[in-house]
Amino acid sequence: MRSPFLRTFRIIFSALVFICFFLLFVDFRYIIPAKYVNFLLYLQFIPSAVKFYDLGTLASAGFISVLILTFLTGRTYCSFLCPLGIGQDIFSRIGGRIRKKFRRFGFKKPFTILRYTLLAATLIVTIVWGIYLVTLLDPYSIFGRFITYFGKPGVIVINNFIAGILGKFDIYALSHTAIPKYQLLTYSIPVVFLLLVGSLSLAKGRLYCNMFCPVGTLLGLISKVSLLRIKFDTEKCTRCGRCAVGCKSSCIDFLQYKVDESRCVSCFNCVKICPDKAMYYGIVSLKKKEHETDPGKRRFVAGVILFLLGLPQIVKGQDKPAPVPQKASTVKENKTTPVCPPGAGSIEDFNKHCIACSLCVNACPNNVLEPAFLQYGVAGMMQPVMNYHRSFCTFNCTKCTEVCPTYALKPLILEAKKLTQIGKTNFIKDNCIVKTEKTACGACSEACPTKAVYMIPYEGNLLIPETNVDICIGCGHCEFACPTTPYKAIFVDGNAIHQAAQKPETEQSEIEKPVEFPF
Amino acid sequence: MKRREFLKKSAGASLVAGAFSVGRYGNLWGSPPASAKYDMVAIMGGNPDAMFDLGIQELGGMGLFVSKGQKVLVKPNIGWDVIPELAANTNPSLVKRIVEHCFKAGAKEVYVMDHSIDNWVNCYKNSGIEKAAKSAGAKVVPAHSENYYQEVDIPGGLKLKKVRVHELLLETDVFINVPILKNHNSTRMTCGLKNMMGVVWDRGFWHANDLNQCIADYALYQKKPALNIIDCFNVMVKNGPQGVSKQDVVQMKSQIITTDWVAGDTAASKMLGVETGKIEYIGMAHKLGLGNMNIDSLNIKRIKM
Repeated sequence: MRSPFLRTFRIIFSALVFICFFLLFVDFRYIIPAKYVNFLLYLQFIPSAVKFYDLGTLASAGFISVLILTFLTGRTYCSFLCPLGIGQDIFSRIGGRIRKKFRRFGFKKPFTILRYTLLAATLIVTIVWGIYLVTLLDPYSIFGRFITYFGKPGVIVINNFIAGILGKFDIYALSHTAIPKYQLLTYSIPVVFLLLVGSLSLAKGRLYCNMFCPVGTLLGLISKVSLLRIKFDTEKCTRCGRCAVGCKSSCIDFLQYKVDESRCVSCFNCVKICPDKAMYYGIVSLKKKEHETDPGKRRFVAGVILFLLGLPQIVKGQDKPAPVPQKASTVKENKTTPVCPPGAGSIEDFNKHCIACSLCVNACPNNVLEPAFLQYGVAGMMQPVMNYHRSFCTFNCTKCTEVCPTYALKPLILEAKKLTQIGKTNFIKDNCIVKTEKTACGACSEACPTKAVYMIPYEGNLLIPETNVDICIGCGHCEFACPTTPYKAIFVDGNAIHQAAQKPETEQSEIEKPVEFPF
Repeated sequence: MKRREFLKKSAGASLVAGAFSVGRYGNLWGSPPASAKYDMVAIMGGNPDAMFDLGIQELGGMGLFVSKGQKVLVKPNIGWDVIPELAANTNPSLVKRIVEHCFKAGAKEVYVMDHSIDNWVNCYKNSGIEKAAKSAGAKVVPAHSENYYQEVDIPGGLKLKKVRVHELLLETDVFINVPILKNHNSTRMTCGLKNMMGVVWDRGFWHANDLNQCIADYALYQKKPALNIIDCFNVMVKNGPQGVSKQDVVQMKSQIITTDWVAGDTAASKMLGVETGKIEYIGMAHKLGLGNMNIDSLNIKRIKM
């Protein structure tokens, strides 16, 4: 195929994909239904792989389709489906506007050691310890964090500006929305990655994808044997070198008529750019070049593969320390355990499966989720955690469990969620308004959806809160509503392992329907 | 009528009508004097909308409170993300009928809002009020963001001296309070006076600074409801103000319409079966001269349908 339409098709398709993912993460009015979210995320490599590891069903096997796609067509995933990759293409275009030099690439040698080391490190760390490096390096998650931290606030600012103007004309179709703010330190990692990915893509095309991204490197390995690939028509080529200059991946060595398939992202820029129609996208020819194998190399590779395959067995053989739920404390807002969202099962389980893409953070209609700083420890940075000083988990909602692409939050039906205890309430009487001020309050009990916080008689006409943790689900509405400062008089301490709450007891009241007016 | 006379009269009438329809001129006359026939009308035995039709007619019609070209703010309770049957929010059919009466009386615009406690989008939707109010032509307005609130003074307030109220309260000509009667965990009852916690931004301040006194203090604020319509159709008698299940609700099929919200709350407390003296803010508001809690001395019309 030599048609310039290949490139046009790539641009239109990737633009659509990018817009979809952008909207997904900035959807601050919560319009996009969860089923579309799942549809979009099916083909995202890492989320799908993590989910598949857990479920092992075809419904979660999107990443296998990506592997097959790569085997057939090369790294088209990187150009057509990866939102971070598409975003880099946009940046690169902007870079070209700033300085023409930024769009002149030319052939460069690959960073072989760095990229394979990173890939190997990611695999080994993931298999032996956990998901941490994947969380850090998964392109989809990086994209999600970029939009969460930097994109969405911008969109909300624009929304608020327009809403303000419309409000003057008595139109309330758009409403003012608060801009989510997170702890300053949680911005550190996204900022570093924004600088890294941003500057590299601005000036060097797809260098990030070919130097750091483990997904890119892995797919690159497969695309070395892919069926369709970019090829030279040596008879037509005049060695003008425009293809190499236009190649975002710097992978065309036109002097040798060679394309480095492990770095080519099938963007088809070269096909369009070639004045002699000497570049084309076609099926690999079976005419083999002379064999140049190194038995030592092969043995080494085989050894590595065997080692990696064996690792899970080694790990499984070790004793996993059973997570022990920490005891709830009754001292001043002494939180021993962070509260992790419903559907997580346990904090340990959650930390293992969450890739910190921030989709749930954005999907939460109550803005109670925020990226953790050190609540889960260093390894759990940026994974979502409940912040009950900022908001509370709304009773009639399972949104985060619906959108989670890796099943770190497993889907919960509403009735089950209403009985899932993610934490327990703790009342600190010495902080309570009713005791300190001797005035009525009851904000906590008012907010409690199960009446796990209820009121009992206190001095005089006053009523004071009392708790029943058996029916508490740890939604945090009591903590959020409590007006005391700086310490709350009631707070939720997380359950390391989520538990089942009892159903609140209900009984018909004795008050009868009146027959006459009582006044 | 002679032709010349007719022309003169119609010219005059159109001038007056024009003055009203231009808008702000309506304010020149101020709020209409509430020359209602009764201090309070209590209705029992019908559906919320039918009871209101009858009650407002007995009181003298919505035209007493809303005149042509005015903007009206209807403030129901939309605090909780629950379905109408659980009676944590004002009955949607009542809100709808009130909006319709406002428009019939010539209102230029009717707004409906509440500063919800649960997620506001879900509250507006699941309470059924957004849909009901919009179907009657009202504008349903958000109240979840600090940007919509403006600070006002409460002269004479003991604890509450300044408060941030929703901008629509300042921009509208008539304010109609539509609470639902409920049990409340700490003040023992929520009704008309306490419903005002939904037009202010910082409720936490009230809770932290003598809730009962703040509720009474707020009633001092100059923009008072022209009318209080208390929904006692389904009444949450325990586990209020949010409720846990349908078992918390008793169907009382009643409604109280009054211009005096202290009297309205007193009557409501008797419906709920709570000793009025235990609901401290009623006595406090009475003492501040904001209404009359001795409802035996009032002219009350009681109707059974």
